[in-house]
Amino acid sequence: MAHLIKQSAVQADEWSQLARGADAEALTSATGKILVHVGDWLQHAASLADKDTQQIGIWFDSDDEPEHLGENCQRFALIAVNFPAFTDGRGYSIGRLIRERYRYQGELRAIGDVLVDQVFFMKRCGFDAFALREDKRVEAALDALKAFSQTYQGAVDNPIPLFRRRLS
Amino acid sequence: MYRYDDYDHTIIQERVKQFAGQTQRYLAGELSGPEFLPLRLQNGLYVQRMAPMLRICVPYGMLSSVQLRRLARITRDYDKGYAHFTTRQNVQLNWPRLEDAPAILAELADVEMHAVQTSGNCIRNTTTDQFAGVTPDEIIDPRPYCELIRQWSTFHPEFAFLPRKFKIAVNACPDVDRAAIKVHDIGIQIVRNDAGEIGYAVLVGGGLGRTPIIASQIRDFLPEKDLLTYLEAIIRVYNRYGRRDNKYKARIKILVKALTPEGFAEKVEAEWQQIKAGPAHLTEAEIERIKQHFTLPAYEKFPGGSEALATARAESAHFSNWVARNVSAHRQPGYAAVTLTLKVLGVPPGDVTDTQLEALADLADRFSFSELRVTHEQNVVLADVREDDLYALWQTIKPLGFATPNLNTLTDVICCPGGDYCSLANAKSIPVAEAIQARFDDLDYLYDLGPIDLNISGCMNACGHHHVGNIGVLGVDKKGEEWYQVSLGGDSGLNASIGQILGPSFARDQMPDVIQTILDTYVEQRESEELFVDTFRRIGLKPFKERVYGASN
Repeated sequence: MAHLIKQSAVQADEWSQLARGADAEALTSATGKILVHVGDWLQHAASLADKDTQQIGIWFDSDDEPEHLGENCQRFALIAVNFPAFTDGRGYSIGRLIRERYRYQGELRAIGDVLVDQVFFMKRCGFDAFALREDKRVEAALDALKAFSQTYQGAVDNPIPLFRRRLS
Repeated sequence: MYRYDDYDHTIIQERVKQFAGQTQRYLAGELSGPEFLPLRLQNGLYVQRMAPMLRICVPYGMLSSVQLRRLARITRDYDKGYAHFTTRQNVQLNWPRLEDAPAILAELADVEMHAVQTSGNCIRNTTTDQFAGVTPDEIIDPRPYCELIRQWSTFHPEFAFLPRKFKIAVNACPDVDRAAIKVHDIGIQIVRNDAGEIGYAVLVGGGLGRTPIIASQIRDFLPEKDLLTYLEAIIRVYNRYGRRDNKYKARIKILVKALTPEGFAEKVEAEWQQIKAGPAHLTEAEIERIKQHFTLPAYEKFPGGSEALATARAESAHFSNWVARNVSAHRQPGYAAVTLTLKVLGVPPGDVTDTQLEALADLADRFSFSELRVTHEQNVVLADVREDDLYALWQTIKPLGFATPNLNTLTDVICCPGGDYCSLANAKSIPVAEAIQARFDDLDYLYDLGPIDLNISGCMNACGHHHVGNIGVLGVDKKGEEWYQVSLGGDSGLNASIGQILGPSFARDQMPDVIQTILDTYVEQRESEELFVDTFRRIGLKPFKERVYGASN
């Protein structure tokens, strides 16, 4: 099990992720808080019409496009972005788009190959929850979240670039 | 040059601390080799054939004498007493120990240097004209724009794991391009529009390597303050859609080709419209602040040409030759930009010893306001020398081996470290360079030939930029043996072109003869003062091919 880090602490994970390609039956028979792949959601949304949207989360793979969900992302309690390999940087752009373009305010979670030295960049791109791979040390990840006290460019965590702050 | 303030110092020091921690966790087995790999690469640390190699960033090639002396000390304390200037204006140490890397980075941070993003699949050091700020050719000093890009790209959180490495180059001269912007992932040509406003023509998708491509212009005039938002749009499109399944097809040039330049430009435009008015839109105040770091030094006023220079040139033909080759025009009357050649027989191009680094620091202090620049041809430039001092400078540098008057001639070779040092190389490159330098040591002959770029790469990663050499040499592996493929007609400048392959490759000991035959063909075919590359463009590959392969059969 990955260590779920939220607000500088390890928390229990209440969500069950459904694999990509889940059909309507798999979606309706799942109970509790379910994390549904964006493609499956777009295809089978009707079959989940009766479920409380606070019980539904959406996950994106790195080749998925946040444009497909657009501002509809705002109604979900959780959005997760999968990093199939930590060297696959597409999830950083997906995170920023979900936050900056589609103004999602809820929990944005990094899942998949989430290691220690990437969480700082993830945080800057809007992630506020990290499913740290189970063989990694939580304390190291908590330290890594604070790797830099200053940053040059604006991003989700601080949209104002240093050049605008330097002069104020 | 740009001087750090407290913010810059904080960021670089936090980086040193971060990397020390990463190295420690790697050595303790907490980080696996593949997990540590991109982290060390983004700190310039390769593991090479013999030892790690540390590539140190020299932003757009500018170094102070203080930094040079620190580099000299580092090569003595942590390495074998020499360093290597690269074709991207950086400096490499060839023999540091991994365990020492954090200490070296700390020593560098003291003098406002680092190794951030000098390797890895991220935005690399931005490069520019080695004569930036002093050449009469330019419409504006490009260095403040390079510094804006440097700061924006440093630890950019979205672009630390791009599909592949990403290189940006900036040129501000309308009629000449010493920064080779057309063979970069992004080339920025600073221009002025009809209203007199500064802006940029933006080129994307140029590159060398296995698939050499000349960049396509996707925007003719981007307003000055839109620089960073537009770059962000380009790289976001690349990060999302660039191929990640095959590292040889992962550069932006492949994406631009697949989408067509027009299709790529449309995607960028759509993305840019969403972010162009955002906080990364530059401000007048910031552009001014950065420009203040690149103000003119305290030039003395000289009314006319230097009499001392004219007299010295009349008295010494050797000096006069050197001035004609190695001294460039300056926008300030009475000053000149001087290129010190680092390429002498028996020394790998770009290599400098610790004592040479210190000598360069002394020269910078004495002759050029304590600064110098590294060029992408692996030479160094003293950019602000008084014409009155040129003779004294020449006399000082002759015994140091920096005054070989071969600049831009055949023997001013661009050459990668090759199979002697690099684990990627198929073949050695330095012995080829040396054999050619040894054969063609007659300066009068070299001057008669005129400017010729000879570029040598030890493998198709093309670190020696062989595709854009007027004469390009590529090391290839044939059944475990080292062979060399020759191409002709490449050009990295304003009329950038990719060289055409001459034919089957050659053994190393054939190379000087092959070059001789190519040059003979040129000399016979050229019209008056025609340059090698122009003759090639006029007559094509065939006459060269017939002479070379006819002669060797």
